[in-house]
Amino acid sequence: MTNSQLTPGVVPGRLPAEAYAKNFSDHAPPLAPHEARVAADRCYFCHDAPCVTACPTSIDIPLFIRQIATGTPDAAAKTIFHQNILGGICARVCPTENLCEGFCVRETAEGKPVQIGALQRYATDHLMAKDDHPFRRGPATGKRVAVVGAGPAGLSAAHRLAAKGHEVTIFDARPKPGGLNEYGIASYKAVEGFAAREVDWLMGIGGITLRPGMALGRDVTLAGLQADFDAVFLGMGLQGVNALQTEGEERGNVDDAVDFIRDLRQAGDLSALPVGRDVVVIGGGMTAVDAAVQAKLLGAQNVAIVYRRDQSRMSASRHEQDHATAHGVRIICNAAPLRVIGNGAVREIEFMFTDDSLTDTGERFRLPCDQLLRAIGQRLDGAPDALTLTRGKIAVTGPGRSSIPGIWAGGDCASGGDDLTVTAVAEGRDAAEDIHAQLMEAAHG
Amino acid sequence: MADLRSNFIGIKSPNPFWLASAPPTDKEVNVRRAFQAGWGGVVWKTLGSEGPPVVNVNGPRYGVVYGADRRVLGINNIELITDRPLEVNLREIKSVKRDYPDRALIISLMVPCDEESWKAILRQIEDTGADGVELNFGCPHGMAERGMGSAVGQVPEYIEMVTRWVKQHSRMPCIVKLTPNITDVRKPAEAARRGGADAVSLINTVNSITSVDLDLFSPQPTIDGKGSHGGYCGPAVKPIALNMVAEIARNPATAGLPISGIGGITTWRDAAEFMALGAGNVQVCTAAMTYGFKVVQEMISGLREYLDDKDITMSDLIGRAVPNVTDWQYLNLNYTTKAVIDQDACIKCGRCYAACEDTSHQAIAMEPGRVFRVREDECVACNLCLDVCPVENCITMRELAIGEIDQRTGQPVRPYANWTTHPNNPMSRSAAE
Repeated sequence: MTNSQLTPGVVPGRLPAEAYAKNFSDHAPPLAPHEARVAADRCYFCHDAPCVTACPTSIDIPLFIRQIATGTPDAAAKTIFHQNILGGICARVCPTENLCEGFCVRETAEGKPVQIGALQRYATDHLMAKDDHPFRRGPATGKRVAVVGAGPAGLSAAHRLAAKGHEVTIFDARPKPGGLNEYGIASYKAVEGFAAREVDWLMGIGGITLRPGMALGRDVTLAGLQADFDAVFLGMGLQGVNALQTEGEERGNVDDAVDFIRDLRQAGDLSALPVGRDVVVIGGGMTAVDAAVQAKLLGAQNVAIVYRRDQSRMSASRHEQDHATAHGVRIICNAAPLRVIGNGAVREIEFMFTDDSLTDTGERFRLPCDQLLRAIGQRLDGAPDALTLTRGKIAVTGPGRSSIPGIWAGGDCASGGDDLTVTAVAEGRDAAEDIHAQLMEAAHG
Repeated sequence: MADLRSNFIGIKSPNPFWLASAPPTDKEVNVRRAFQAGWGGVVWKTLGSEGPPVVNVNGPRYGVVYGADRRVLGINNIELITDRPLEVNLREIKSVKRDYPDRALIISLMVPCDEESWKAILRQIEDTGADGVELNFGCPHGMAERGMGSAVGQVPEYIEMVTRWVKQHSRMPCIVKLTPNITDVRKPAEAARRGGADAVSLINTVNSITSVDLDLFSPQPTIDGKGSHGGYCGPAVKPIALNMVAEIARNPATAGLPISGIGGITTWRDAAEFMALGAGNVQVCTAAMTYGFKVVQEMISGLREYLDDKDITMSDLIGRAVPNVTDWQYLNLNYTTKAVIDQDACIKCGRCYAACEDTSHQAIAMEPGRVFRVREDECVACNLCLDVCPVENCITMRELAIGEIDQRTGQPVRPYANWTTHPNNPMSRSAAE
């Protein structure tokens, strides 16, 4: 193959073979032990620490950092996992600048927060490298719980329920568990099959049966689950992708960013993966950034993220935006697509410049484009009719209680909270605690 | 520019920074490098009697206490006096002194506690050209088991006796190096003065075990599974040394006795503090062992800048803080301060709150939005909040003027009065009839 970055169209093998491994290596290499000690020493061990308040899973951050500082990283990891069993992936993908690190008093003092995310990774990696699951199951309760979705919310719920002694069955539509951790984030954030390893490790608690390839509404029904199990937790995420609703959107090489990311994550040989020369990503979130940066790393010549509002309103964190621009991605703001132009496949896109209330300013521009990636959000498709929805998501109250008793929901498919991995973990955990309380109350009633 | 030339008991050096008798001063090559780096003087590592030299362990000689980022806070050692033949040391001392006549070169000595041994060694060092001797009555490890070092330093009568022999059999200035491993450092210092010492130097190292290997269950440094107490030095011992220097400086029986200050001096500031408490010069070891000889250059420039900024001379500095060292009973019990938190500087870590609420006087309130405020009606001015605050000058202590109401007591602040006249003092001089 003789393709290069300059080859027009959507083609594979734009880079020399050796470039792929380098481009898709760990983008934030782990801290070495001494680095970790030095980083840990910067923590002030705040009273009622703001970082803990800012963490959706309320990890006791000062305590785990002190445990690292005193040479007990496994104890640190247990502190983390006690609150967040997916602390490993969260250490890699959390937008820490908006969460714990954004509220670190060192950020206030000197603009350089304690490296909480990196330290969390140090501790969790250390414990996970041992061939031993740190938690033990409680006595068997004889209760059975169905979990729909093996993503962060479902895995978190399943682990907590299994730890309480319940028998858990997870149904997931895809062939592999992990949800967005496996299919939906940039590969350089979780290298060497981390998402899959993490699921294996989590399942080490025992009492969890995984049933892949089982979609709710296709292979199982909500009524069936209610009949077969004592409780149901729904954490299937968002499957649908919002359309641009732009003229010419049906043209060739107009794809969903989530599919692009999924294919890349599952590709055995990145050099065989086709990518455009001029890639345009429309959207302003983490998915847009993950797609754009990876398109660049695959060898696209020009990659642009086009966002319809001001850059300050992008939901991708500032760190993510900087990550994109550092990799040569251009971020164009206050622009919305008008027309996808091309003969069969996309060739260029016409945009209008908008003001912040999304009003057309009358100004137009065109970008050459041979691959257009949509990343303007996802939606819940195929939710069971019996459930009450609110703003397109399963309506929940308190710890994930849906409108139907005995059914809980959490993660992106449920109302409330940001669509973040860490939020999904917290919701799954809290729903599991509530399920446990209700099942035990019923049992002892 | 401030003049740093030093004249300590008649021994002249271009600056007051000497290297203490220790591993860095054991050999000609080290001492030459020290002088090239700018050290004003060197106390050559302790010489013993003629004959087969002492031997050292062949495992680790040092244990360490780290702060953050492996910063050395303290080192202990189990190294003995020089393990090289006496004649080699004497030859090297002579050679170095010949080439560096402007630098101070002192010889540290430790021989058995009999007059003949001291007489002999003093005779042997006579023609080295050295400027003085320092009697090592301080080392707490190894040699003390043989009746030397701190075994002498812990018995004031021995100090006096040996010092007298030295003054009798030598015309050299004599410095007596004191051990801190005693209960009252004034006693050995008084003994040294009675024996005719020209000066004392202190502190020698502190008896210590730096750490325990929790796999081997052995003190560190560990020699084949066993450990022995060593001598502790470095920044960690500075507060102990400062107190001992001050005690000697303000003791009427030893007032005016020149002091060479030793103990964790790492920067010019440490040196200045020792001098303010009465040290005529200072000796350094751990800082050099940690960072190399070049540290003296910072000490020289720093002390010079400080003296220039203060517009004082080095002799103005020496002893300047001594009159302010007093007994607790004379402290002004009516002096009242209150902590003040600068809300603009506060980074809201809450350490002051945790410290005060958990361990002190519940005098800091935590208000919504993580606003921390001092409750003056509870604040006893202990200073702990200020000490644990990570932001310099965020918390300060405000002095209440005389007459101002102390919210804690409801009473106005009164003029100076101390414990000696306090009504709660059963020994009060003005006790009621």
